Amino acid sequence: MVDMNSASDQPLLVAEELGKSYGRLAACRDVSFVLYPGEVLAIVGESGSGKSTLLQMLSAQLAPSAGRVSYRMRDGVLRSLADLGEAERRFLFRTDWGYVHQDPAQGLRMAVSAGANVGERLMAIGWNNYGRIRQTASSWLQRVEIDAARIDDAPRTYSGGMRQRLQIARNLVTEPRLVFMDEPTGGLDVSVQARLLDLMRSLVNELGLAAIVVTHDLAVARLLSHRVMVMKEGRVIETGLTDQVLDDPREPYTQLLVSSILPP
Amino acid sequence: MTLMLDVENARKTFTMHLQGGISLPVVRDVSFKVNAGECVVLSGPSGAGKSSILKMIFGNYRCDGGRISVRHQGEMTNLAGAEPRLVLNARRMTIGYVSQFLRAVPRVPALDVVAEPLLTAGLSREDARVRAGALLGRLNIPERLWSLPPSTFSGGEQQRVNIARGFISNVPILLLDEPTASLDAANRAVVVDLIAAKKQAGVAMIAIVHDDEVRMQIADRTVDVTTFAAAA
Repeated sequence: MVDMNSASDQPLLVAEELGKSYGRLAACRDVSFVLYPGEVLAIVGESGSGKSTLLQMLSAQLAPSAGRVSYRMRDGVLRSLADLGEAERRFLFRTDWGYVHQDPAQGLRMAVSAGANVGERLMAIGWNNYGRIRQTASSWLQRVEIDAARIDDAPRTYSGGMRQRLQIARNLVTEPRLVFMDEPTGGLDVSVQARLLDLMRSLVNELGLAAIVVTHDLAVARLLSHRVMVMKEGRVIETGLTDQVLDDPREPYTQLLVSSILPP
Repeated sequence: MTLMLDVENARKTFTMHLQGGISLPVVRDVSFKVNAGECVVLSGPSGAGKSSILKMIFGNYRCDGGRISVRHQGEMTNLAGAEPRLVLNARRMTIGYVSQFLRAVPRVPALDVVAEPLLTAGLSREDARVRAGALLGRLNIPERLWSLPPSTFSGGEQQRVNIARGFISNVPILLLDEPTASLDAANRAVVVDLIAAKKQAGVAMIAIVHDDEVRMQIADRTVDVTTFAAAA
């Protein structure tokens, strides 16, 4: 369990006045926030609100047109992502960060076995004992509720929910400190979503992970996140504690989003 | 006597943008204090703003003005307008909330729902589960249900799971929103006993109870919420 009092008083990730323009079109403007270790931040908004653009900038996949993102490396030093060398970026992508795509086919290699999908991240950081890799992969499959007997099957033989759980195992096996998730439950059946959400919630708690979750589903934000940022037309229009923003929304647009949820 | 909660001139208005921006004043000038070991009952008719005041203290509702200070880690700390991190930390260490309704998480067994606040506070899973089981037993939830998610339980059983979850932690301030509503006499008596034990332990409590008998048993003082009525 993360102690919010002591060690984590230093931010893990800092975004300062981030913006991205395509010509005259501003996809994302003036976004600033601080994320601490163990914190889960949800970015909510409709399609086209700029939330995916923001996630890509935060995860160093897209260079911002303005502002910057800084990340506290494992040596404790806060560094601007734009200034990182190739080796440091690789370290982030392969080890210290996870990225869960909405479409598991983007985050997995569909034709190789589930065990290899998980083991690949370990080999990338220098593990070379086949037995140990297989054992760790197998224990992670069980942790995400995939029968270890399916370890040699390729994910294309898996259901949508299983693929998404496999993608999560592949990301968490290297014990990252920060996980980005882009609509992690999108496209799944409601019952499958509930199982996945519950699994993500307990893993995030147990591992003390920080996470940034992009979702248009306020129920996902409610269940997973501590804090919420509401985006509209490329700007953050409201931010705060998740239950505060959802129980007492201030902005017209947030009130509209909250009132549009069907009662359970 | 140790001051645990100090509410000063707190104010809340809802602006309903979807209804043409009409303004709904809820409460204004809310001021009262609660000491350690004391249970203060908020009184007033439905709609007077009792639950809103609890939500303002817990931070679900934002204050439009005033201060809400709680003794957090030994110091009086203003939570009105505080950073999310501070509010979350106060909820972990200082303030608990027992609501009428359980926001059930799918698939989590009742025992773990109740044990969770202890895990967050740093107890081992085993110890937390033992204490959770003891409390569920005391609230007459049969052991065969402990491993099942409460979403499958009856309304009364869900409420008792929620009460167990609220009372299990060792936070020094507890907010109780109708903790005995829809409980039978035996379970009501258990809750009254739990509240008495919390008082003994020095916990400050702010409660909403509609049952007169329960109110007489638990209230050290009553604060009349109608005096905070916002002029409409």
